Amino acid sequence: MDWTALTLSLELAAWTVAILLPVSVLAGRWLAYGRFRAKGAVEALVMLPLVLPPTVFGFYLLVAFGRNSPVGAFWQETFGHQLVFTFEGLVVASVIFNLPFAIQPAQRGFEAIAVELREAAATCGMSPWRSLWKVELPLAWPGLMTAMVLTFAHTLGEFGIVLMVGGSIPGETKTIAIAIYDRVQGFDMRGAGIMSAALVAISFTAIAITYWLSARIGRRLA
Amino acid sequence: MTLSVALQAKAPIPLDVAFSVVPGELLALVGHSGSGKTTILRSIAGLWRPATARVAVDGEVWLDTGSGIALPTHRRHVGVVFQNYALFPHMTAAQNVAAAMDRPDPAEAARLLDLVNLHGLSDRKPAQLSGGQQQRVALARALARKPAALLLDEPFSAVDRATRERLHAEILALRAHLKMPVVLVTHDMNEAQLLADRMLVIEKGSVVREGTTAAVMADPDALRAMGIREVAALLPAIVAGEEEDGLTRLTTATGPLFLPGIGSPPGTRLRVRIMAHEVILSRTRPEGLSAQNILPCTVTTIRPGDGPGVMVHLAVGAEEILARITRRAAAQLALQPGDAAHAVLKSLSVARDHIAAERGRG
Repeated sequence: MDWTALTLSLELAAWTVAILLPVSVLAGRWLAYGRFRAKGAVEALVMLPLVLPPTVFGFYLLVAFGRNSPVGAFWQETFGHQLVFTFEGLVVASVIFNLPFAIQPAQRGFEAIAVELREAAATCGMSPWRSLWKVELPLAWPGLMTAMVLTFAHTLGEFGIVLMVGGSIPGETKTIAIAIYDRVQGFDMRGAGIMSAALVAISFTAIAITYWLSARIGRRLA
Repeated sequence: MTLSVALQAKAPIPLDVAFSVVPGELLALVGHSGSGKTTILRSIAGLWRPATARVAVDGEVWLDTGSGIALPTHRRHVGVVFQNYALFPHMTAAQNVAAAMDRPDPAEAARLLDLVNLHGLSDRKPAQLSGGQQQRVALARALARKPAALLLDEPFSAVDRATRERLHAEILALRAHLKMPVVLVTHDMNEAQLLADRMLVIEKGSVVREGTTAAVMADPDALRAMGIREVAALLPAIVAGEEEDGLTRLTTATGPLFLPGIGSPPGTRLRVRIMAHEVILSRTRPEGLSAQNILPCTVTTIRPGDGPGVMVHLAVGAEEILARITRRAAAQLALQPGDAAHAVLKSLSVARDHIAAERGRG
């Protein structure tokens, strides 16, 4: 068992969830309530990481993060080291490729709230922020929970993009998925098996918890 | 605290209305679906913004497109009861009510729930309440906002007839507590007549008739769109007692009125909605009739309409009822203002929900 790789993967997943939670609330709400012409285009863009081959997506991110790109150059100037092949680079890539997993369920969650309820919140004197806290988040919570669990589980399992953007530096960018691949390459089938089983267990538990929670919330609201 | 409203818009629906409501007054906006009455209510609440508009309550301007003032809904002290109540499903009844307070006050929430007769149900979620109970929570929540104007959007349309009747009675009883202007949107003319002080008939976004409830409900032209058979008057009556055969005897200014069992104790002051088309007129006191109610009255005015009917206004003591009869019948009886007549009314022609308590004073 490669504990360093497992810890790194969990850290990466935790960072991704932490960053994407507010993003999914804001973007999901915006896409759920907003009426604007480019809505279809924005939704398509958000879904793009879902359909692109990870290597293609990873390739573009690698180019975008490289020292010759504006993003890469900015990062180098601000933080003194490059973005590719670092943990930070991995977090940025992970946030981007998880956008569809985070935003889509969040958007569905907000869409499920009747317009009348938001209007009622306003007539109750609630500011948009208060309405978000008191009415919308409690009601959109199953959608947000699903979004975060999917993001977490998907981050643990992502392989292609991590390899393209992060390489395989132990303790820095070598995640559990890449460690498993390495073990198989080195004919350590037992190590690969243990780590694979651990990944299955973690992912299954995460998803089971979401289903259990949403069922509980469903009963609470019924 | 007078609410004054002036709205104009061309799209998405044409709108051109101006009216005001004084404190404690209940104004009913009546009209068909799509007439724009709900849009008017939404404009007052700030949920919709017409092209040109001014909404003010007691000098506080909520909306003035001329000077660019547009308070967002949450900054208007407005209480709204939505058609489907729009209660927050994740909160209990008490939490729903407290949600409309700037500083949640459980004691005040309990007081308001008591006021709407929901004592003991404060810990229930909306899904565990009946339609009528949800409606009461919605009303308590609207009052918790301490509104400068109370807006009721078809609040009784989603409950069954018996519940609606009870809710009407409760609203009438609550009137003494409603010190603010109240606007009721409804397409139910019975409801409007029993609850409102004044009415606005809305058609295609414009006011076709405005006046006291009694005046509007007596005007066939105003009610043409809503159905001429809605023309009716409210006759005050006092419960005298129950008869052995199940009828209730009431006392009116000029004689007894027998109606199907009302169930109110003797001495209760009621108002009975008497539909103009149900009243038969006779010059002499008729005999050998099955109808149980024969009220002596005096013809005050006869208004011909466009069609074959005329509207006869009748004084019953100091009160007025209406009889819609054919032009031919009026000619045969040679009715003239000042003539004595008898108004004949079947007991069963008065529906149970056309009887309401006397209006509480605001």
